Amino acid sequence: MMLYKLSLKNIKKSIKDYAIYFFTLILGVAIFYVFNALDSQTVMMDVSTSTVELINLMMTMLSGVSVFVSFILGFLIIYASRFLIKRRNKEFGIYLTLGMSKRKISLILFFETLFIGIISLLVGLVLGILLSQVMSLVVANMFEANLTKFAFVFSSSACIKTIIYFSIMYILVMIFNTYSVSKCKLIDLLNGSKKAEKIKLKNPYLCIIIFIISCLVLGKAYHMVTVEFLTLQEVMDILKPIIMGAVSTFFIFWSLSGLILRIAMSFKKFYYKDLNSFTLRQFSSKINTTVFSTTIICLMLFITICLLSACLTMKNSMNANIRKLAPVDADFSIIMNMERYYDDFRSMGFNDSQIKNSHYTVKEMFQLYHFDILSYFKNYIDVNLYTTPDLTMNHTLGSKLEMVRTRFPFLDYDDPEAIMKISDYNQVAKFYGIKEYSLNNDEYMIVADFKSMVDIRNIALENKETINLFGHNLKPKYNSCQDGFLEMSSQHINTGIILVPDNIVDEEYLYENHLIGNYKTTNKKEIRKIENKINKLDDNNPKVNEYLLPSGSTKLDIKEATVGLSAMVTFIGLYLGVIFLISSAAILGLKELSESSDNKERFICLRKIGTDEKMINKALFRQIAIFFMLPLILALIHSIFGIMFAVKILEVFGNEQLLPSIIVTAIVIIIIYGGYFLITYFCSKNIIKERH
Amino acid sequence: MEKILKVDKIEKYYGSRSSLTKAIDNLSFKVEKGEFLCLMGASGSGKTTLLNCISTIDKVTSGHILVEELDITKLKGNELNKFRRKELGFIFQDFNLLDTLTAYENIALALSIQSVSPSIIEQKIKKVAEELDIKDILNKYPYQMSGGQKQRVASARAIVTDPKLILADEPTGSLDSKSAKMLLEKFNYLDEHGATILMVTHDAFTASYARRVIFIKDGKIFKEIRKGECSRKEFFDKIIDVVTLLGGNLNDAL
Repeated sequence: MMLYKLSLKNIKKSIKDYAIYFFTLILGVAIFYVFNALDSQTVMMDVSTSTVELINLMMTMLSGVSVFVSFILGFLIIYASRFLIKRRNKEFGIYLTLGMSKRKISLILFFETLFIGIISLLVGLVLGILLSQVMSLVVANMFEANLTKFAFVFSSSACIKTIIYFSIMYILVMIFNTYSVSKCKLIDLLNGSKKAEKIKLKNPYLCIIIFIISCLVLGKAYHMVTVEFLTLQEVMDILKPIIMGAVSTFFIFWSLSGLILRIAMSFKKFYYKDLNSFTLRQFSSKINTTVFSTTIICLMLFITICLLSACLTMKNSMNANIRKLAPVDADFSIIMNMERYYDDFRSMGFNDSQIKNSHYTVKEMFQLYHFDILSYFKNYIDVNLYTTPDLTMNHTLGSKLEMVRTRFPFLDYDDPEAIMKISDYNQVAKFYGIKEYSLNNDEYMIVADFKSMVDIRNIALENKETINLFGHNLKPKYNSCQDGFLEMSSQHINTGIILVPDNIVDEEYLYENHLIGNYKTTNKKEIRKIENKINKLDDNNPKVNEYLLPSGSTKLDIKEATVGLSAMVTFIGLYLGVIFLISSAAILGLKELSESSDNKERFICLRKIGTDEKMINKALFRQIAIFFMLPLILALIHSIFGIMFAVKILEVFGNEQLLPSIIVTAIVIIIIYGGYFLITYFCSKNIIKERH
Repeated sequence: MEKILKVDKIEKYYGSRSSLTKAIDNLSFKVEKGEFLCLMGASGSGKTTLLNCISTIDKVTSGHILVEELDITKLKGNELNKFRRKELGFIFQDFNLLDTLTAYENIALALSIQSVSPSIIEQKIKKVAEELDIKDILNKYPYQMSGGQKQRVASARAIVTDPKLILADEPTGSLDSKSAKMLLEKFNYLDEHGATILMVTHDAFTASYARRVIFIKDGKIFKEIRKGECSRKEFFDKIIDVVTLLGGNLNDAL
């Protein structure tokens, strides 16, 4: 019972100084619960079955991420408890001299971890449950679902999962504590705080050399992920700059830790002003021992920044894209004249009669199935695409083929290009509300919006490569691809359509027929009904084996898929980002706090020689600010290039929405990181305050 | 002679009404400019409390302490810090040097918190380092110094600001006898050059370097003796006599 009381007292005593630790634990539990309980909110939402499937996929991914998150939190907790134990060496020393066995000390720690665990779990779960009510509004908003009714949601499965995961973490901490207590020696415990730390100044020349080398390596890594982006083809290629970046980050901190003080010392006016010498010395003695963790924190911040801004950009762009890239209700298409590519379609699994019967347009095919599609349409257009084996990338690239081929060996250069009559395209453009074009009889042009392909095609267009089509020589009207698309989608994926004058097109090369239209109704439920009807046309219908049904891509489908994907991306980004952020900020905060208690003596000493309270607070503030800022600054520099890299990868989604996402990311970081900074400052101030 | 410090009927109580401890009980004395005064007493006699009150680290319950014309019992907040920083120099038993700073920086800190310019700091430290014979260790860290060296650095920090009064709390408490002797000789040197030193100790040997010793018992002045013209050895014997009279219970009085 005695031990039990001791543990309780200890917790009470340290709860003020280590508020940041408890706060982080509680936050960790709450966030863990919220993201694992996301699905429970969708239960009372009015969503379609495809959305439900997406939500299920999202939950699977989130629980995978949760395992990763629990590793990070577990690491944080063990790291933190190591600090807390170290700080109490003297207390344990006294227990040991009084004759308490190490087993009993372990037991005290066991009780403490148990109490902390139970309290943080309880408070964290309560907070999590409250937060998840707010979250349900966010989820509903994201899936554009109407909340049928607001109800208090509680996910018992998420709750149990949280308890299990965190229990495992706490048990690991207990084992770790027992181990570290069993290892310590009494003399070290009693003298622990007195051990004078040797101050080693690194060789400044070595520091300068290493600093320069690291900067160069880092520059090279930046260069690799941005300018040389297109040469990155395999996983190893991407790993290389990452490893280079991480290692050079470490060495930059290592060399800076030796340099900053030297540089500051040479500015005597600055160094011998107020407590600057003290602050800088404090900082440099600290950074000397924390180069590794500063590196880790810097990298975690870097990942957080990139993850948050990339995910938010993706989400925003996707939502913006739908409006632009899915401007009408439905687009049905059917491949015609499949015989021309008999072997290809055969190997894709189509049967002989399907291939043979592929000479119906979309309209005709629907009639064959006794479905009057036109009766549902308010307005529609009917357009065709053509292909010929005589016009592939090999031909359109012309003399630039070899050059492009060496740079991009993975493209399929033998695929026939999609060809469209200019009048057909203009019909589509008018219907979509996008730009229309005109061509002379000896001209062609390419519309495309997939950025990487646009770049490749522009190489040939700039060179004015002519093409030969159906016996006509055509020269490019523009020296670059023009913006435009035929198929609706959620992303910019049009790799290129060749637009040619109407009169040269040979109808024999007809490849695909499109029927694009708007429904009469605008009611989402009714549209869903129509589309379900179309989807069910082939159910139990033997006709399917002879006649292929047109395939459709509809605004509603695209929207739901996009919403699901963007929700997934946003939640995973937020989840990981926030966890990374609180973990790194908490490690910094805890480090600083444990230092502050070691530093108490120093601050008392400063007071004794008559330093103003104001000056002391300023010194403390600066010291903590530098400590928090240093990893953040380098992380920000990393992020500039990281985001540039992410933008290139996410090109298909478009990146017009980058700035708002970066602003949101900045706000998140300022609130969380800044919040931790302020809490750390106030707690430190409290610790170094004289207590009479 | 000019009075630097006047302690006037001060009292200091600790504890609550039910269990009151009188640490200082109606105590008065004066310190003249350029004097080297030692307060001597056993543990718990109230001498450290007295020093804390003079150094404004602690507050008196009643009475007044005047440094020159200033009543420091009336000072508040930053006035206290300003007073401490400008008028007082401290030397502590455990040195209280900042372990992260070199000797030079430790001494400089006392000046830089008074916004003294770096060039003047350099001059002043050069001078004080010569006086206290610590020129060779200015660039060393506390952990690289012996106890005696540390205490001389601490003394340098205390006098570099030209304080009106130097307060030394058991300055030889952590030193071996040789270092202690060397430090006290430096105190004598400073005293001869015009510094006013108020030292607290329970060690008769240390006290014998002072020019006047006030014995404190149970928060009151028990006796006061002056060195006058006698040698240090003779003064030491005189002190031992009073210690014997006190009951000989000054712990480790030799």
